[in-house]
This record gives sequence, C-alpha cells and structure tokens, in this order.
Amino acid sequence: MSDAFITVSDLSTHLGSDTRPIRAVDGISFEIKKGETFALLGESGCGKSMTALSLMRLLPVSGRIMSGEVRFRSQDLLKLSEAEMRGVRGGGMTMIFQEPMTSLNPVLTIGEQISEALRVHLGETGTTAREHVLDLLDAVRIPDPGKRIHEYPHQLSGGMKQRVMIAIALAGQPDLLIADEPTTALDVTIQAQVLDLMQQLQQQRGMAIFLITHDLGVVAEMADHIAVMYAGQIVEQAERETFFSNPSHPYSRKLFESLPTMAKRDQALYVIKGFVPSLQGRFEGCRFAPRCDHAMTVCHERPPTWHVAGRRQVLCHLYTRGEDVTRLNEPPITSTPVGCFSQTERESEPLLQVRALQVHFPIEAGLFKRTVGHVRAVDGVDMAIRNGRTLALVGESGCGKTTVGKSILQLIRPTGGSVRFDGAELTRLSHSELRRRRSDFQIIFQDPYSSMNPRMLVGDIVAEGMKVQSAGDTADKRRERVERQLQRVGISARSVARYPHEFSGGQRQRISIARALAVEPKLIICDEPTSALDVSVQAQILNLLQELQKEFGISYLFITHNMSVVSYIADEIAIMYLGRIVERGTVRDVLRSPQHPYTQALLSAVPTLDPEAQREVIRLQGDIPSPSNPPTGCYFHPRCPKSMDICRQRYPRRSPVNEHHYVDCHLYTVDEPNPVGIKS
Amino acid sequence: MLFLFWTDVLIFLLVGMVLIFVLYARRREHLRAPWREVGRSGVAMGSLVVLVFYVAIGLLDSIHFRPALSPNEDNGQVKYANEIVSVFDWLVTPLKIREEKTYSAPFAAFLYTKETVELPDGRQRRQFPRLKYGASHLTDPETEKTTDIVTTGMLAAVKGLLVWGVLCTVVIAALGKWKHQALRSVLGQMRAGQTTVRWRSMLYTLGVLVVLSFVAADLSMKYHILGTDKVGENVFYQALKSIRTGLVIGTLTTLIMLPFAVLLGLMAGYFRGWVDDVIQYLYTTLSSIPGVLLIAAAVLILQVYLDNHADEFSSVSERADLRLLFLCLILGVTSWTSLCRYLRGETLKLREVDYIQAATALGVRHFTILTRHILPNVMHIVLITVVLDFSALVLAEAVLSYVQIGVDPTMNSWGNMINSARLEMAREPIVWWSLFSAFIFMFSLVLAANLFSDALRDAFDPRLRQQR
Repeated sequence: MSDAFITVSDLSTHLGSDTRPIRAVDGISFEIKKGETFALLGESGCGKSMTALSLMRLLPVSGRIMSGEVRFRSQDLLKLSEAEMRGVRGGGMTMIFQEPMTSLNPVLTIGEQISEALRVHLGETGTTAREHVLDLLDAVRIPDPGKRIHEYPHQLSGGMKQRVMIAIALAGQPDLLIADEPTTALDVTIQAQVLDLMQQLQQQRGMAIFLITHDLGVVAEMADHIAVMYAGQIVEQAERETFFSNPSHPYSRKLFESLPTMAKRDQALYVIKGFVPSLQGRFEGCRFAPRCDHAMTVCHERPPTWHVAGRRQVLCHLYTRGEDVTRLNEPPITSTPVGCFSQTERESEPLLQVRALQVHFPIEAGLFKRTVGHVRAVDGVDMAIRNGRTLALVGESGCGKTTVGKSILQLIRPTGGSVRFDGAELTRLSHSELRRRRSDFQIIFQDPYSSMNPRMLVGDIVAEGMKVQSAGDTADKRRERVERQLQRVGISARSVARYPHEFSGGQRQRISIARALAVEPKLIICDEPTSALDVSVQAQILNLLQELQKEFGISYLFITHNMSVVSYIADEIAIMYLGRIVERGTVRDVLRSPQHPYTQALLSAVPTLDPEAQREVIRLQGDIPSPSNPPTGCYFHPRCPKSMDICRQRYPRRSPVNEHHYVDCHLYTVDEPNPVGIKS
Repeated sequence: MLFLFWTDVLIFLLVGMVLIFVLYARRREHLRAPWREVGRSGVAMGSLVVLVFYVAIGLLDSIHFRPALSPNEDNGQVKYANEIVSVFDWLVTPLKIREEKTYSAPFAAFLYTKETVELPDGRQRRQFPRLKYGASHLTDPETEKTTDIVTTGMLAAVKGLLVWGVLCTVVIAALGKWKHQALRSVLGQMRAGQTTVRWRSMLYTLGVLVVLSFVAADLSMKYHILGTDKVGENVFYQALKSIRTGLVIGTLTTLIMLPFAVLLGLMAGYFRGWVDDVIQYLYTTLSSIPGVLLIAAAVLILQVYLDNHADEFSSVSERADLRLLFLCLILGVTSWTSLCRYLRGETLKLREVDYIQAATALGVRHFTILTRHILPNVMHIVLITVVLDFSALVLAEAVLSYVQIGVDPTMNSWGNMINSARLEMAREPIVWWSLFSAFIFMFSLVLAANLFSDALRDAFDPRLRQQR
C-alpha cells in the first residue's frame, strides 16, 4: 500500500543468551499509515514493548534484532548507522513511556528538558526556543506555562508529567509517536484527559500513533487499526469497527469474554486456561493451541497461516479450513445467580460498621519535630458491610482508600472514629486482644510480587497464620490443612516445598488468598487484588473470589479503581474523594444513576468497549488537591462543573437518594435539616 | 597441655558458626543460589583458595599449648613449660629458634653490621661476621650461594609440583565419584572451565601456593629467606605469625560488631518512634567522635590496668592476647554504626512491604516478624559489609600498631613489623625487608579478600543482580 509510511516486515528480536534465546518478537509484520492510530494489544510478556524498542533500536543490552526490515521514510532503519539513527529518534519517530515519574530528569526544570529536545532536533536556542517551549506547553494544555516552565518534575502531578513527556516528544515534530502504555499508571479521569490530548494533537499535526496497551477500553477509544499480539506473534489484525463487532481469533474473543461487566454479574467469567507460554522454547503448531477451546489436531501439528478476509487478517487454522467463523460455540458456563437482598439480611447487624473513621498523619517540622499540620488521609468515613457481601471502595490514587483498608485492620491505628467488627470495637482493643482476633479479618494486596517473603517456602507462608492463631495443632495436621487450602485456590499441593518466585503473578495471588483463607476469616480486604494482573488472569481471580464468598460466606471490602471489576463483583459501592466518601449505595443504583458530580465524571471517563457509544466525557479540571490542605467547603468544588456558592462555604450533609443510596452534595440537600445517621 | 586464649575460643566459635551456616544454607535454595553465582567466578574462587591458605595458618596458630618439659625428675610428674606455643610454632620450630645477633639481609651469609672479630692469630679486625644459621652449610658463600639457592629451589619446586599433581588427582577423582562421571570427562570439563564451580582457577592458585610453600620451606631451612630483624629474629617467621593477628582483628571485630549493628538497626527501623530516636542519637554521637581518639583512650586505659595487675597473668602472651581482644572490642564498638545505619534504612523500607503487613494482619508477633521476615531479607547487606570490612580492619590494625595504640608490642603483627622497621628506613644502606615482607603478606591477604568480596557483592546485591 502506498500510504503506509512505516512498514515492518518479518521482524524478529531475541533476548538473552545465544544458546537459549527468548524470542520476544518472532517474525511480525505490520504497517502504519500516515495519521492513523495503530494499536498493539496483548497481555504482559507477549513482546509488545520489545516490538516498540526494536523500531527505535533501543533494545536492552542483551537484546538483538535477528532479522526483518523496518521501512520508514523509504529507508531501512535496521541498516542505518547509530549516528543516523539518532537523527530518526526524536525527529522522525519518538516514544513516551508508561512511567512518567521516572522518564523525566528530576534535577532539570521542565523548560530545560523541553528546550534540550528543541536544540537537538531544530537547533533552536534562546528566545525562539523559549517561545517554542511555551507553545508546546500550551499545546499539551498545561495551565500557566510561563510559570510552569521553571518548575521541576517533582512539583508536577503524574498527569502533568505525562503531558510534559508528550511535549518533549512533540518538540522534534515527529511523524510517528510510539506510546508504550501511556496511561496505565494514571487515574481514570487523568487518563481521559491524556487520551483526549493525544487524539487532538494527532488531528492537528497529522502524525501517526503506535499505541501499545493491554486495555481494550483504551483501544476502543483511540485506535483506527488493531493488531493483537500473542507470544511474540501478531495473531489478528483488523480495522477497529471490524475488530470490535466481531473479534475473530479465539484469543481475541477470550480477551473480550474475560472482561468483567455488569451484565456478567450472575455468572462466572470466561477464563483462558493456562498461561502465556515461555518464549524460550520452540513451537510446533499454533502458539495458542494449548489454551484454545477450539484447538484441533492440526493446531498442535503445524503453525497456522494468515487468513485474509477483507480488512481482517487472522492467524488461525479455523479460518483456513473455511469453517463458519462468525459463530464459535463457546462451552457453557455454570450460571450462579446472585440473590437479592433478603429480609433477614437487611435486618441483621452488619459484620463491619465503620463510623467517622479518621486517619491523620502529623506533618513534623523543625528540630524538635513540632507538628505543623496533618495529612488528612482519611477524614471521616462511614461504611458498613454485611455478612457474605461485597462493598467496593472506589476512588482515584491518593484519595486514601488503601489507608481506610489498613486502618480497619488496625495496621495503621486510626486517629479517630470507631470500627466495630462482629460486636467488638477494634480501635479500643489492646495489642494482645487484637492479635487474637486477627484471624477474623485478612487482607490481600495488589502486588503479587511483594506480598510474599521471597525467602520462605510456600508451605510456610500459608502455615504462618495457622501457627499463630491455632498454636495447638500438630505439624502434620497443619501441613494437611495447608495442602487443602492450596488445592482450594487451585495450586497443586506439591507446591508447599517451592519458593514464591517460581510462580506467576496470578498463581502468587492465589497463594496470597490461600494464606488469608487459612485462618478462616469473616472479612477479607482486597486491596486492588487484580490491578497488576492481565485480563485473563484477573478473570480467574475474580471467579475464585466469587466462589469462596459463596462457599464460606466471606465478606469483602474490595478496594479498586476499576469500574468494570466493581460492576461485576460488588453488591454495594462507596465512592471516595480526598479522604471522604461522597456517594454510596447499591452497585446498580450508583452505576446506573450516579448523583454526585464526581461519580458522574468518574464513570464518564471510563473508556467503553463499544466504539459506537456516544458518551459525553465530563472533563474534570486539574488534579486531586493535597490531603494536607484540602479546599474549604466541599472538597470537590474546585474541580466540580456544578459548583455553587454554598459549596465553597461548608461541607455538604448526607442526603438520601433512596433507601440504600446516599450522596454528600449540596445539589441534593433538602432545605429542612435532615439528620441522616448511618443507616445501612 | 592445651591452653586456650580468649581469642582462640572466639575464633573457634566463629568457625563453628560458619560451619553451621554452611549446613543450614545447603538445604535452602535461596541461600545456595547466590553462592553458586560466586562459585562461577574464577577470580573469586582463586581468591578463596588464598584466603583458605591464610585461614589454615591462622587456625594452626590458634591452637596453643604449653609443651611438656622432659620428665627427668623423680616424682614422675610432668612439668609444663611456662612458655605458651601454638601448633604452628611447633611446626616451624627451626624458624623460631634460629636467631642471629642482629640484622641480616634475605639470603645473606653475613651479618648486616660489622663487628670486631678476633682472628686466630690474636689480632682483632672489624668485618662482617658469618651468620650462625644462615648459609652456614656453605664453605665459601661467595661462589656457592647462587647455585645452592637455585638447585634447592628447583628441587623444592619439583617436589611441590608432585604434591600438587597428587592433590589434583584426588580432587578430580572425588568430583568424578560425586557426579558419577568418568575422570576423563571431569578433567575435560574442568580444563574448558565448564564446571559450575571454577575448579580450574582454584587448582591453578593451589598449584602456585603449594610450589611457593615448598620452595620457601626448603630454602628457609638453610637461609633466612626474608632476612632477620634487629634482635636477629627471622622476618619470615614474624610475617607468618602476624597472619593470625590480622585474621583475628578482621573477623572477631565483626563478630563483636554484628550483634550491635543488627539488633539496633532492625529495632530502629522496625519500631521507629522513640526507639528509633534513641538508637539514632546513639550512633550519630558515636560516629562523630574520631575513632582513633576513642581507640587510643581505651587502649591506654587497658594498658594501665594491665601494668597494675601484672601478677594476674601467667605470661606475657596472655596479656598481649587480652590487649588484642580489647582492641577488637573497641574497633567493633566504633565500627558498628555504618552497618546499623544501612540496616535501619533497609528495615524502614521492608516494614512497609506487603508481606510484613500481611504477617502483622495474621497476628504474628514482633519478634517473629523481625527474625523470620526482616532478618533473612537484610542478611545480604550484613554479609557484604562483613566481607568488605574485613580488609579495612586488617589495614586498620597496621595503622594503629604503627601509632602504637594497636596490639601489644610483643605480639607479632604486620603493624608492629612496620613500626619497628620505620626507623631503619633512614639507615644507609637501608633495611628494607621487614617492611617489604609485611607489605607482601598484607597485600596478598587484602587483595584476595577484596576480589572475593567484589564477587560476593555482585552475587548478593539484588540491584546488581538485575543489571546482569
């Protein structure tokens, strides 16, 4: 095709030793047209980032490009000298990375960093450069660029840093912007801002974007053309509309099916069995065959060839055989209806009752550590969880949701308020009383890599809590229980003698769950348990958590920022903003008719899978204020599109929307004083 | 009769602890893996052989006894000598007892100073007299010495090579049996450097050391190979005896320092609050006092005590040993602060890590968290610091003895050798061999230790591991 301005053909990149290389990229071909957004979609470990780094020729030391051709502006990039390549980087194509925190040099002002790029690529210095920097900062919508130009990266928020990164990338006036998970580290409202900015810049400048992501929502929002990558290969390529209306490769389908949504609430999620294979080995047949529900004998025997149908290409044997590709029969899944509120449950005393919970961290200054202020991480939170129910605590990073979880467990002692758990006031318990009760409430962490001591055997990790809580057990009995717990979460009992590093992220998360289960808790606080996992693994963990809830009647406090997970797993939801809960109610009520302006903005910012859906993104101004110095009145008013005079003056009271749905907003306060207590 | 100095007891305690750790680590994969990494490094394994050589001499020199005097008295009771010697002294007795009058150069046949000698005809003449022991077997040293040294050296080298060959065969046979492989294939792998542990570099280093020791042993039976000092004592013997002093300072100091550093560092980082304030205050204060000042004060106080209570010690060497131990103690007290600071920082980081939080949530006690979760995860820092500190301490001993606040002047140490050679540097012709010997012995020990610790750090430091 003539309008393709970067063509990659048969690119292969190896990592590691020559004898047993990791074939991170194994013969992929694609092309990007001028001004389009090309999305590379896949789970972690599929070779997405290595593809991008190969294009830029910025591979790590152990990496090398084995074969292939990258045509860009009618030259083969792989044949250029390093000096020529330097001209292409930044000038012709440029890259922004996932982690804005580490991509900027902390000791240079952002103005210096942007003008450096200008000097290198355009030879601009002095006043022209300064004006150009201001233009660029303006283009990436950084407010008050004249002041910001002298600021250092630590003075900027994550979203701002990512915009500065984009400004630096734009400085060389590139034709191609490679964005490697550009919004994964950002909150959903900030993500919406950055994606929107990228789209606008693309339209203005006509540059192409090579977007690397694992997020189907972001792809639906941004991409014109989509390639799905699996185990070092591209398995499907299609236009956006074609792809989203009918994903063809069994892997692409599975990715869609394992996404949690409100509609799938009453059933288990589809999961892809097994894991992404190690790229060190050789593959006989189709790489996805061992995990595929439609695998045939031929899939295991020889690799599939490309099947081209219109604007879609699929690498799958199903299609070359000419079978009916539109309707693949999925195996039935057991539907497990989630019951509605029953009368008895409604009247029963909640398992966990939190009132006016406060966690203030003192800010100390000076020689004698005088307290000069407080970081109000949690500033008066009320919530309640009943037996066997799931409450989702939703909010952006820095709003204090993790602190709420830890202070309920008394890992951080709250500075005020009460936490009643199963009839006991946890905040007043002494250390030893608390230690005895600890088996009742457990926690699962976000990062499966840091949640287990790397120097302990899996068996010892799971047994640790049992040893403490039921000291009388014999070693044999304990061992048997450990094995039973591991099997319950789907880990083989033989794993007791292995170390955590031998397991994948999803397996580790299962072991964490087994550790928590081992002491038979009534409440588990799940602190973003799936946000570090791939979609397909996330589905496995969510299914497991659902099953355990049904089997043991465990309650969950599910801390997350992922709305689709919330809509799938939670019964009730509480939206948190700057240390306070602004809205709470049942999931259906809150997600279908959000009342608080913040909730509305948050929900509108979530990218939707349906590319046709017309949604109005409510764009929030600025970033979350610092909890050490919250705004007067309603904490949300500086960013609120509907703020009124009263919002600046005092914090709104709680107003009921219906029996189970409350909102803290002046828009809904009734004139008469309404003493709303904590009814749950 | 066996006699134990304080330092002997502590040294064998340390050896015991190392052995227990080895047995413990053998069964644990996460402990074995970094050591395997060390084993893959040829330089490290070569250095290890040198270190083992030094340690072997040091250990032999740490088994002390009082030799029995010949029981020629009637009551049949065996009397023991007042002097305390070590197994090593006993092994190298010829070196020890063959004392000259004063200085003599390495391999010399004559004394370094002129003396008035009475000639057979009654006349007196000033000349360089012949040595009592050095080259005394030669009739005309001028002509015969070079040939004699070369032939003796060559013969000894051949003997050494033979012994090395035997040792190699034993090692290869043992390896073959252990791995159930043919000797030929073991040899092939070893020569190609394909074994998981670099046996090749170990055996080469061993070869050099064995040949060197044979040559040195044979030659020193006939000559003073590194000369003699002011009172005619063999410098080679002094240098060998100093090995123990260096090792004791390098290892016992860390043994003394570790409990302070580990306990206080972990406590400060884990409990924070006032515990942290107190411990930080303590080590900030301590590390602001110049170390030399503290050591000088402590050593001088001890010296006064020893002088006033001279009758409580049965021998001079017992007093010298106590001073050595005290020096280790005070060096330990002044040097725990930096490790403590490291450990506090690491513990501060670790206590917020999820698995510590999970353990707290499970109701695990503080002590268990500290010992089971935190300590194993900071152990690599402890190990790296200990090995790096070792060479610094050996060098520190030399400096302290030089300014005369180190070990007892009667004790053999490299510092004392340098100190006593100091004045002779201005002499014409110069007396260089004491300084030279101390330098060579200290240098090879410290170099080996440094090379080994580099490999150790590469293998244990998680940040360096990621970069590979």
